[in-house]
This record gives sequence, C-alpha cells and structure tokens, in this order.
Amino acid sequence: MDLAWLGAGIGAGIAVIGAGLGIGKLAGSALEAMGRQPEDAGAIRTAMIIAAALIEGIAFFALVICILLAVKA
Amino acid sequence: MYHTVIETLSAADTLKQAGGSDSGWILHHVMDSHTLDFEPFFSIQLPHLEIFGIDISITKYIFFMWIVALLLFIILYIVSRKYKSTLIPKGISNIVEITVLFVRDEIVKPTIGKGYEKFLPYLLTVFFFILLSNMFGLIPYAVTITGNIAVTAALAAISFIAIQLGGIKSHGAWGYFKGLIPSGMPPWILIILIPLEILGLFTKPFALCIRLFANMIAGHVVILSLLGLIFILQTAFVAPVSIAFAIFIYLLELLVALIQAYIFTILTSLFIGMAVHQEH
Repeated sequence: MDLAWLGAGIGAGIAVIGAGLGIGKLAGSALEAMGRQPEDAGAIRTAMIIAAALIEGIAFFALVICILLAVKA
Repeated sequence: MYHTVIETLSAADTLKQAGGSDSGWILHHVMDSHTLDFEPFFSIQLPHLEIFGIDISITKYIFFMWIVALLLFIILYIVSRKYKSTLIPKGISNIVEITVLFVRDEIVKPTIGKGYEKFLPYLLTVFFFILLSNMFGLIPYAVTITGNIAVTAALAAISFIAIQLGGIKSHGAWGYFKGLIPSGMPPWILIILIPLEILGLFTKPFALCIRLFANMIAGHVVILSLLGLIFILQTAFVAPVSIAFAIFIYLLELLVALIQAYIFTILTSLFIGMAVHQEH
C-alpha cells in the first residue's frame, strides 16, 4: 500500500518533468520565433497555446494514472 | 473511461468519510455534497431526491451550475435586447461584444474556416459558460463547477457529438469514417491503424475533459494546501508567507480561468475543423 503511494508520487514527478521540459522548450522556441518575426506574433502565440495544451493533456493522462494508483492503495 | 475516473473520485470521498487521510478537509472542499457550506455562519441542507433508484437530488454543484446558467442567461438576454434599439454598444454590451468578436475572429474563423457559422453558437455558448463558471468559482463561498469531473465530462461529451456530427454532415457517415484513415495504405497496416484511429476519436474529448477538470481543481487544492500549512505547522508566523502565496496563486487562477475557457473552445473548434475539412 505504501509502495503504491511511492510509485504514484514518483510517477507524477517524472510526468511533470517531461511536461515541464516540453512546455519550456516550446515556449522558448515560440518566443525566439516571435522575436525574429514580430508581425507573426499572433499566429505563433495561438500555435504555441494549442501545442502547450496538447502537451499538458499527455501529462494529465499520466497524472490520472498516478491518481488511480494512489486512490487504489 | 469517464466512469472509472468518477468511481475513483467517489472512492476518495469514502476515504475522506472514513477519516483515513489528514488532507480530508481539502477533498471536502472540492467534492460534491448535499450541503451548501457558508461556514462559519451557516450551512443549508439540500433535499435528497430519488427516482427509480437513481439519485437526482440537487447537490452543491448542480445548485451553483444553475446559478451560473441563470446569470449567463440574464446577462446575454439584456445584451441581446439592447441591440434591438440601437447597434451602438454601451455599458455591458461592450465587453460582451468584444468577447463574442474575439471568439468569432480569433478562435472559430481561423480554425474551422469555411462554414464556421454553423458551429459558432455552440462554441460561443461553451466559451461563455466555462469562462463564467471558472470566474464564479473564485468568489469566496462559491463553487467552481468546472472543478467537477462530471461537469467537464458532460461538456466534453457534447463537444464529441458536435465534432462527429460536423464530420458526418459534411462528408456523409461512410465518407467521414473512411476519411479518418489516410488513403493509399497497404492493407496489412490497416490492422494497426483502424483501432488507433478509433481510439483517437475518444482520446480527444477525454483530454478536453481531464484538462479542464485538473486545471480548475489544481488551483483550488494548491490554495487550500498553502493555507493548510498554517494549521499543519501550528504557528502564526507562517501565516503571512502562506497568505501571500495563496493570493499569488489566486491571481494566477484568474489567468487560468480565462486560458482554460480559451483552450477548451479553440481545441473543440480545431477538432471540428479537422472533422469538417478532412482534406488537410
């Protein structure tokens, strides 16, 4: 029972690391692109938000599995 | 899949009732119940209704959902009435008009493209409903109805129906489902591709549901945890720090409320656009 909680915690941590890396890289690249092409900032921002939401969605899938594990224990 | 998550959350509710965890009071704040809490002043017990063994009682979340819907109806009705007399917006019509134009020109038009008018009413409704309920949840003693998985699951289910109906209406049922699979594939690869595409149809609204739910509930849990630090450490010296952090998260929540309404609408409209215009 305690091990399942440990697993859920570690799993949530790893999932968040992955999502954080992904969104960080995405935001960095998007800001760089906006700096190079300020006139396209609106389109880049929309694309960035959509991509960020999709990355977040994957992270949430992982977190749901962690919640299932934690609640079951 | 929805069912499992709902079951899981009610399992957490039972855990709370059993007093099995110390953070139970946080769960109490974000769980559905039959009482409207206005502690420490008073609390209202809501009646328990049952028809054919199905629990249809008006709970905390349903009560606040009706309030949000009523508020939205009144605001939008007043605004739409004002346009009958004059086309120049004044007062509250200004902000509603800006929001409607934003949804139409920045969200729906670029993502759906041709034939976006049919989906505009649904997407506007979803945007305003999610926005108002997210914002409403930030008022003290009010409940964030989008922080309940049943509410977001219902919203995602309606979006799922809108996506499929949009696709089927513009391509025909056979054409739409055939169009999901790229043409010119060798037959053996279809064995992998067809289940994958069917799964893909359902993961999109599932992600919509989980994203909204998790984002809205996470902010509340973080605020409550920060305030809970005072009671866990049992010292008043933590209070300034944790209250400052809680206010910071609260202001962040204002931003998240807007962004999540935006993201739910833009993703729904993106998926509708993908279903309607399968050629790209």
